[in-house]
Amino acid sequence: MSEKETVVEINNLSKEFKGKYAVSDLSFVVKKGEILGLLGANGAGKTTTIHMLLNLITPSSGSIKIFGKDFDQHRIEILGRMNFASAYQFLPYNLKVIENLRVFAEIYSVNNTEQRITELLDLFELSHLKNNSTGMLSSGEQTRLNLCKALLNNPELLLLDEPTASLDPDQADKVRKIILDLQRRSGMSVINTSHNMIDVHELCDRILFMQTGTVIAQGTAAEIMSTYQSQSLEEVFIMIARQKGKSPNTMSSNN
Amino acid sequence: MNLRVVKALVLKYLYVCSRNSFRALDVFFWPVMDLLIWGFMSIYMMRVQTSVPKMVPMLISAIILWNVLYRAQQVVCVAFLDDVWSRNMLNIWAAPIRPSEYVGAGYVVGFMQAFVVVIVMGLLAGFFYSFNILELGLHLAILFANLIIMGWSLGLTVTGLFLRFGPPAEALAWAVPFIFQPISAVFYPVEILPPWMQTLAQLTPASHVFEGMRELISTGHMNTFHMYAAFGLNLFYMSIAAFLFKSFYEEARKRGFLAKYAA
Repeated sequence: MSEKETVVEINNLSKEFKGKYAVSDLSFVVKKGEILGLLGANGAGKTTTIHMLLNLITPSSGSIKIFGKDFDQHRIEILGRMNFASAYQFLPYNLKVIENLRVFAEIYSVNNTEQRITELLDLFELSHLKNNSTGMLSSGEQTRLNLCKALLNNPELLLLDEPTASLDPDQADKVRKIILDLQRRSGMSVINTSHNMIDVHELCDRILFMQTGTVIAQGTAAEIMSTYQSQSLEEVFIMIARQKGKSPNTMSSNN
Repeated sequence: MNLRVVKALVLKYLYVCSRNSFRALDVFFWPVMDLLIWGFMSIYMMRVQTSVPKMVPMLISAIILWNVLYRAQQVVCVAFLDDVWSRNMLNIWAAPIRPSEYVGAGYVVGFMQAFVVVIVMGLLAGFFYSFNILELGLHLAILFANLIIMGWSLGLTVTGLFLRFGPPAEALAWAVPFIFQPISAVFYPVEILPPWMQTLAQLTPASHVFEGMRELISTGHMNTFHMYAAFGLNLFYMSIAAFLFKSFYEEARKRGFLAKYAA
């Protein structure tokens, strides 16, 4: 099998806030077409990592290369080739759905804007709401609209922060299938932070378990469950969250 | 009525005020500004009595032109706050947008809004007071441009302060132009001010604009010194504002404020 192109390369990344490390000596790569899950309890450093990957937070040390380029020197080019959706960020509530997508399509210099918007609204079953005010959408509809925004520019790298957090199981399943389908068709790479273990299990090729800013376990879902001698990722998650600082062997022997 | 509930809500308000110096400042700021503006205005009126025949056009022009500065500043700030309030910050700052493009868009909208305000207020002044703002001639464009630039500089600085200090600084969006109003000598000449305030006025671009405006209305021509001074000061302050904004932006990224403010 040929070696796939590296899309994200993080080396010894650290972020310190007032003497406390939110992320410490983090290194990982994401290959083209790979979906990487960042897992961890609240405060594990997932969001800080995502924010550094979006150039919203300056690292204290270490380097971030995306598409083989240094982020600080090629910020605009890199951000134009990636995109981001979070269940906790919204598009301006006083604009109509279609107006919001037009604005972001311009920002991302999308070609055939109207066609692309129509495709995405159809894909996420929002076409009937395109002339509605964004503020009037339900939280699930807003989450799907965020995903429309995030896919406008056919990103080569998509960062997702709890993408299905406010979706019902049916919509969450549809969204997972859409992301998987897009990833398979376009070779898009995805970094996904989630507390939803179904998301992680179904979507992610590889998982990084983070705790207090460092990676304490990584591999496929099956590998991680095997390491922790556990039947589910949720069980591993709880085990790690409740027994901070212990090695996998100590944890599993305790259970 | 449950007094414990009232007490709890009063306590909540006091907690907010005690931890937010900008909010505490707000309590005293507007009364002090009113006192200064109306106090200096009264002194001016007492001195001139009926010896300034064009007082009415001066005041109307001053009100219209003051709004140019105010609009230009406010639009830049509110454009930013809109993104905060609608929780759209991360979508914007994680997009391929340069800070200069973000600010530039605010400048364009500020210019458009100020332009429309001058037209609407000019028409209303003509209708109600038979005053024609176009009598200021081509000088109107120079006065307008200088006030726009000063408004942009203030807007840029205040937006930088939002990035640095977060939500507590939001009150500045409305207050900052009025900090400069007394020394901008909008409704009265600089000579009315106490000497130390006159020095500050000389360093404020808007005071040169309003001095020039009064001269233009009373004599029909304007000393170019005022416009050169306003333009030079504006260039200087715009550079300072750009430097401050860049510093605050970098600081916000370094300390994680940009992401925190957006959450």
